[in-house]
Amino acid sequence: MNRSNKYLKTFAITYLIFLYAPALLLPIFSFNSSQIIAFPLSGFTTGWFKALLYQETLHEALRNSLIVAASSSIFATILGILASRAASRYYFPGKQFSLTFILAPLVLPEIIVGVSLLIVLIQLGLPLNLWSVVLGHTLLIMPFSILIMNSAFNNLDISLEEASLDLGETPLGTFRRIILPLVYPGIMASLLLGFTLSLDEFIIAFFLTGTETTLPVYIWSLFRFPKQLPATMALGTILIFVSLILLSLGEYFRRRAAKTQTSVL
Amino acid sequence: MGKLVQVKNVFKSFGDVHAVNGVSLDIQEGQFYSLLGPSGCGKTTLLRLIAGFEKPTSGQVFIDNTSMDGIEPNLRPTNMVFQNYAIFPHLNVEENVAYGLRNKREKRSDQNKLVDEALELVGLSGLNKRSANALSGGQKQRVALARALILKPKVLLLDEPLSALDKKLREQMQSELRHLQRAVGITFILVTHDQYEALTMSDRVAVMFDGKVAQEASPRDLYELPNSQKVASFIGEMTFIKGEIVSENKNLQVQSEIFGKINIEKSRVFGQSSKKMVLGIRPEKIAIVPKTSRSKDLISGKIIDVSYFGETTNYKVSCGTTETLTISSQNSVGQLSYSVGEEIQLKADMNNIIAFSI
Repeated sequence: MNRSNKYLKTFAITYLIFLYAPALLLPIFSFNSSQIIAFPLSGFTTGWFKALLYQETLHEALRNSLIVAASSSIFATILGILASRAASRYYFPGKQFSLTFILAPLVLPEIIVGVSLLIVLIQLGLPLNLWSVVLGHTLLIMPFSILIMNSAFNNLDISLEEASLDLGETPLGTFRRIILPLVYPGIMASLLLGFTLSLDEFIIAFFLTGTETTLPVYIWSLFRFPKQLPATMALGTILIFVSLILLSLGEYFRRRAAKTQTSVL
Repeated sequence: MGKLVQVKNVFKSFGDVHAVNGVSLDIQEGQFYSLLGPSGCGKTTLLRLIAGFEKPTSGQVFIDNTSMDGIEPNLRPTNMVFQNYAIFPHLNVEENVAYGLRNKREKRSDQNKLVDEALELVGLSGLNKRSANALSGGQKQRVALARALILKPKVLLLDEPLSALDKKLREQMQSELRHLQRAVGITFILVTHDQYEALTMSDRVAVMFDGKVAQEASPRDLYELPNSQKVASFIGEMTFIKGEIVSENKNLQVQSEIFGKINIEKSRVFGQSSKKMVLGIRPEKIAIVPKTSRSKDLISGKIIDVSYFGETTNYKVSCGTTETLTISSQNSVGQLSYSVGEEIQLKADMNNIIAFSI
C-alpha cells in the first residue's frame, strides 16, 4: 500500500509540474527586463505591464472579449436554465436523446465547430462580427451551463414549488420567490465558468471574428512581433490571474449550490 | 354544517395505472376526515386532486358547492401540509409562515401580528428569526402547519404529516393536531397509512384499496363493523373461521366447528349471503376463563403460541380443529398468564361476531 501510494504521489506531483510549470514561466518573464525570452533573467521591471496601458488595439480587443464573454455566458446560461428546467420537470418523447445530443459540442473538436459555423454563416450571407463569435461561444458554453443547471434543478425538491403554489403564489411568483433563489448559486457558477471559457477561447473566435478581434486572437497576432513578446507575457499573466479568480468564484458558487440543496432534505 | 368537500365519481389514471378509480365522498364542514389505506391505494393522489396538483381524468371535485374544474392550486381555498413539510430552506421561520400573506395585501403590522398568532397556535412563539435549516423535524412540521393555517383555508390537507416523526413525538403531535383542529374549526383531511392514527384522530375515515373507497364510516363503526375481510384485517386484527348457513330468517344461523351453531344479526352480515360464509371475531372479544367455570358455550383449546406486547398478550389457540383462534388479553391486575401447551377454556362474545360472504 505504501509503495503504490508513493508512486501515486510521484505521479501526481509530476503531473502538476507538467501542467503548471509552463504557465509559471509567464509571470517570471513578464517581470524580466530583457526583451529576449531566455534564462538567465537579466533584471526586474514592471515596464511591460505599463506598456500594456498604451496599446490602443489591445484595449479594443479586451473590450471585444468582454462583450463576447458576457453576452455568450448570459445566453448560454439562459438556454441552460430552460433546457434543464424542461429536463427535470417535463416528460416528452425523445427527451433522453435530445439531452444527450445537446451535450455534443462538449466532445466535438472546436475546429470542426468553427469551420462548420463559418460555412453556415457565409451560406446564410450573414456578416462576420462580434455577434458571430457570440453565437459560436454560446454553442460552446451551453453544454457546461446545462450540466451545471441540471444538477441545480434536479436537487430542487418539487414539493417546494407545489407548496408555494398551494400558499397562493402564481407560477411566475413561485419562479421568482422560490426557484430562482434556490438555483441562484448554480446560475452564478454557470455565468462565471462560461465567462472564463469564452474569454480564453481562440479557435472559434479565430474563424468567426471579422475585423474586430478578441483578446486571444489579438495575442496570437502579436507573435509576429518579437519585440512585443514580453508585453504579451505580461498580458498573459493578468489573464491567468483573472481566470483563476473567476474559476474559484464559480467553484465557490457551485459548492454553495450543492450545500443549500442537500440541507433541504 | 353542510357538505364542504364533495368528490363526485372521480377517476385519475397515470398511463395504465388507475390511481383513483371511481371515488365519491362527501366531507362535512368542520370534520376531521382521514383517508386511510396501504401505500399505492390512491389516497395521496385523491388529496392532490382536491388540492389541485392533479387534474381528474374524469369526475369532479366541489369545494363549498363550487366546482374546482380548471381552478389552479393557488386559487383554491385549500392549503396543504406536505409529507416532507416543504419548508423553504432559504427563508427563516417568520418568512416561511408569512409566505402566503404577500398575495393577500395585508398591512405589514397586521402581517406581523398574524405571524405571531400563528406561531403561538403551533407552539413556536419566539422562533420568528430561526433559520429553516436549524429546525428539527417536529418544528418543521409546526412551521408547515402555521404557514397553512395563517391563510385561514376552508380545508387543510395533510399528507402523511406524522410519518417522518419518531413514535413519541408522533403520538404527541396526533393529540395536538386533534386539539388544533377543534380550536380552529377548519375541516382537516388527513392522508395516512397508520390505522391507529386514523382511528384516534378522525371523526370519519374512508378506507381505500386499489383506488376505490372500500368503506367510509366513523372510527368505531369501522373497527366494530368492517364491511369486508380486507377492511377488517387492515384495521386491527381479526380471526376468520369458516361457517355454513343453517337457516335464514330474522337472523342468520351459522354453523361452524369452533363456535357451533350461532345466530348473527342481519346488520352484522356483509356481502351476498350464500351457503358458505366466513365468521370474523376480534382477538379482544374472546376471553380466557378459569378452568372451573361451567357454561354451555365455552370453548376448550390448547395454547400453541404466545406473543407478549407489554400491555397485552396475544395467544394463538388450537381448538381441536384445523383452525386457530387469536386472543388478545389485557395484562391488567390479577390477569393470569399462560404458556404454550396449556389447556384453557375460552368464552367468545358471540354478539360481536361478523359474517362475511366468501
